[in-house]
Amino acid sequence: MKDHAQPRDLDGNPVRPGLPMAMLAEITHRCPLACPYCSNPVELTRAQAELPAEDWARVFREAADLGVLQVHVSGGEPGARRDLAQIVTSAREAGLYVNLITSGIGITRDRLQELDRAGVDHVQLSLQGIRPDMADRISGHPGSWDKKMGFAGWVTEIGFPLTINAVVHRQNMDRLPDMIDLAETLGARRIEVATVQFHGWADLNRAALMPTGDQAAAARRIVNEARIRLRGRMVIDYVPADHHAIYPKACMGGWGSTGLNVAPDGTVLPCHAAQSITWMKFENVKDRALSDIWHMSDSFNAFRGTAWMSEPCRSCDRKTVDFGGCRCQAMALAGDARATDPVCSKSPLRARVVARAEEDAASDTADLIYRRMKKGG
Amino acid sequence: MDPLIAPDQIPYLPRGVRLAHDRVRGIRVLQAPERAMQLDAVGDAILSELDGRRSMAAIATRLAQRYNAPARQIAADLSDFLTGLVERRMVFVKDAP
Repeated sequence: MKDHAQPRDLDGNPVRPGLPMAMLAEITHRCPLACPYCSNPVELTRAQAELPAEDWARVFREAADLGVLQVHVSGGEPGARRDLAQIVTSAREAGLYVNLITSGIGITRDRLQELDRAGVDHVQLSLQGIRPDMADRISGHPGSWDKKMGFAGWVTEIGFPLTINAVVHRQNMDRLPDMIDLAETLGARRIEVATVQFHGWADLNRAALMPTGDQAAAARRIVNEARIRLRGRMVIDYVPADHHAIYPKACMGGWGSTGLNVAPDGTVLPCHAAQSITWMKFENVKDRALSDIWHMSDSFNAFRGTAWMSEPCRSCDRKTVDFGGCRCQAMALAGDARATDPVCSKSPLRARVVARAEEDAASDTADLIYRRMKKGG
Repeated sequence: MDPLIAPDQIPYLPRGVRLAHDRVRGIRVLQAPERAMQLDAVGDAILSELDGRRSMAAIATRLAQRYNAPARQIAADLSDFLTGLVERRMVFVKDAP
């Protein structure tokens, strides 16, 4: 930690932090599902290490004072915490807009009504497939499909706005049109179609999940057509397959610029995958005030601004558009968190990344490594 | 661009969408599912007119009077602005009873 007041990036260049709009609150890593592309780290946090509800209440107040307007209450499965309604209440009392990000498993109709009274503003429900066989196989949870459909019905009955979240990959991408139809049938205002991001668990399952180039192209076409057809009825947000793109995604809208993530044990991260940058040290809300962490921590300041970039980013006119892409992907694929995101067509590693993606996409394995907590402990 | 809202229809903020004051930045925002949109004075004025009873035509008339502006121009701006929000599902539309 620097003891002077000027925030600096990892090279010592002065940076100017903005204010965060949104906070992802991962209140638990416990989850009844075992999706093989889970965005949680491979090293999951156990229940005993989870922040108590009182601490979350304080974090929400600090977040609102810092400028956060919305909280995404997520996990794991947030419903795995019995005090979820209390946590939601405290977020609303802090003045935050509350999005509940859920698998729909383990939240009964009564509990959903309790969450309505607690002030949940919006529900985002994940779908792993459009039929029982695929949904249950991908989630590793027999019966998940039926439970999700029941849950979606209660969401509409109570009147919450509903977003469907569909992670797509080689095994379910061909059913994308059906997924969009299903979201519409369920009364969703919005569907988020997100191609698997190959961090953590998903990286362990590259060969089984990597979409083909043809699938990625078809998905874009399907999304574009559906957007026109559903104009004014349902919004489609789409995260394309970046291994098949020309430029990287503007991850987090820039490191430490608009969002932050608080992990179950109170660790504060610039993005949910940031712990894959193994040399980086992250602060905890148990030790420091959130605004101090946001403005002054080495982790949040590390990649702020553009001065830390090297070539080809440094002289690239897109450096303030995509901010060099994803730091975690640079870490995973280049072994260097400072590198240009290797999916960028200007990266010297691009050809190798594409070759590896094509090799994975051509694999005939469908076997999945499921996300599970290690036994014991 | 097809306007999506007829003059006799009633635009309203559905559940999960609300006007709010951002006390840290000192701005008005529209809070919606996983979106917070900064509003300028015009956007705030328009959205503050949505009470679930007034039609597009009635809102245009009120705004034209309040800002002493041509009703036609106001109606066009109103329609453009709200159509954008209907497309994002932040504003819903219903028929007059």
